[in-house]
Amino acid sequence: MGELSVKHLLGIKYLKESDIQLIFETADHFKEVINRSIKKVPSLRDITIANVFFENSTRTRLSFELAEKRLSADVINFSAAQSSVKKGETLIDTVNNILSMKVDMVVMRHPNPGAGIFLSKNVKASIVNAGDGAHEHPTQALLDSYSIREKLGDVAGKNVVIVGDILHSRVALSNIFALQLQGANVKVCGPKTLLPKHIESLGVTVETNLRKALNWCDVANMLRIQNERLDISYFPTTREYTQQFGVNRALLDSLDKEIVIMHPGPINRGVEITSDVADSKQSIILNQVENGVAIRMAVIYLLASKIK
Amino acid sequence: MSQKVLLSSKEINIILHRLACQLLENHLDFKNTVLIGIQPRGIFVASRLAKILQEDYGVKKIDLGFLDITFYRDDFRRGEKTLEANKTKIDFLVEDRKVVFVDDVLYTGRSIRAALTAIQSFGRPLEIELLTLIDRRFSRHLPIQPNYRGRQVDAINGEKVKVMWEENDGEDVIYLVKT
Repeated sequence: MGELSVKHLLGIKYLKESDIQLIFETADHFKEVINRSIKKVPSLRDITIANVFFENSTRTRLSFELAEKRLSADVINFSAAQSSVKKGETLIDTVNNILSMKVDMVVMRHPNPGAGIFLSKNVKASIVNAGDGAHEHPTQALLDSYSIREKLGDVAGKNVVIVGDILHSRVALSNIFALQLQGANVKVCGPKTLLPKHIESLGVTVETNLRKALNWCDVANMLRIQNERLDISYFPTTREYTQQFGVNRALLDSLDKEIVIMHPGPINRGVEITSDVADSKQSIILNQVENGVAIRMAVIYLLASKIK
Repeated sequence: MSQKVLLSSKEINIILHRLACQLLENHLDFKNTVLIGIQPRGIFVASRLAKILQEDYGVKKIDLGFLDITFYRDDFRRGEKTLEANKTKIDFLVEDRKVVFVDDVLYTGRSIRAALTAIQSFGRPLEIELLTLIDRRFSRHLPIQPNYRGRQVDAINGEKVKVMWEENDGEDVIYLVKT
């Protein structure tokens, strides 16, 4: 313990179990900090961070920006929509131009899987992956596990089901890696068309009956139906999806036990989960958002301490 | 490496009682005073002092807090290792109250500098004092001096003062370690 085994946060796949524990312990301290009346610490006052977003984001970008500012880092924001990327500049050129303004760390979201890994090999800066296509979204998985740990005391030995569009979901993949690393049992549940063919090879079990999956689990992580990624029709209608894979109050009440409901946001209310479930005491959706800032502060703090 | 005993358990106890009396002289009933132990090692001194004040000198209630200064230090990224944080536990506001920082060894003064910044997150204190069990003379990097000191020690730079507590290390003893 003491420091991370990696220089970049590219995916959960590259982390060790001890890294996750260190991030969680550091996040505990930052969670205390962000609940003070003065929520800021001066640790990163000599660090500059660029948030480079090639894909839309509200929550993740705000959460990263807030985390950076609460650590007193200087922050610049870049979104591809208003940039020279439109004029044909390559990724490496764009980032190197940003780095020549003396930036120490890049937080990047990109539609292509592996963009962060590519960047880390080609530019001199610490890279944090804020989502790369359908590949990984490591900070989301960390904050999800952290929220489970906070609610249930531990992640090890817990049964977690991830429900929805597993095929297009970076949140699902990162969560599978993170949960397994910590010793949880993972099941995925969704329409067969949205489950990757060889998903069992990751060591997860597959279930297409939502009620069975919910009866098995301690925690259900409900993914959003990502309409923007669904290029063809994977299920007949949204209404039919909701009937088979949506969680509502009646379904939760009919289970043998009280389970925890999570959602990475943004919620399609009435599709994956109904409003009364999203706003119920079983749901820890807003805790996830609060923990997101603490987790990102921890990740940035730990990575920044390795910049020489 | 060699080490010699600087203060024995008995001497530490006498010094703690003297420091407690000095605190009493200035703060009487501790109604408007809070004791803040600086993490990681100042918390033992602060807890002992609070215990002595309550058990031996009849102070009814003492607000005791622990302050972690990790995120306020000025040597982030300058050492080899990542700085590891400890728990901050201050369940009261320090706004308009007298704060006494308590630490085991005062050396360069940089920890106290960081603590002065860190405490601002909990309000604007009326005044801040510093109590330190061991004051290493001639080693200050900053203009910071204690208001209450247990023992002044002349230690050269290669030497280290090691403070051990029964509740943490098995016995109360202070060593001067030569490396």
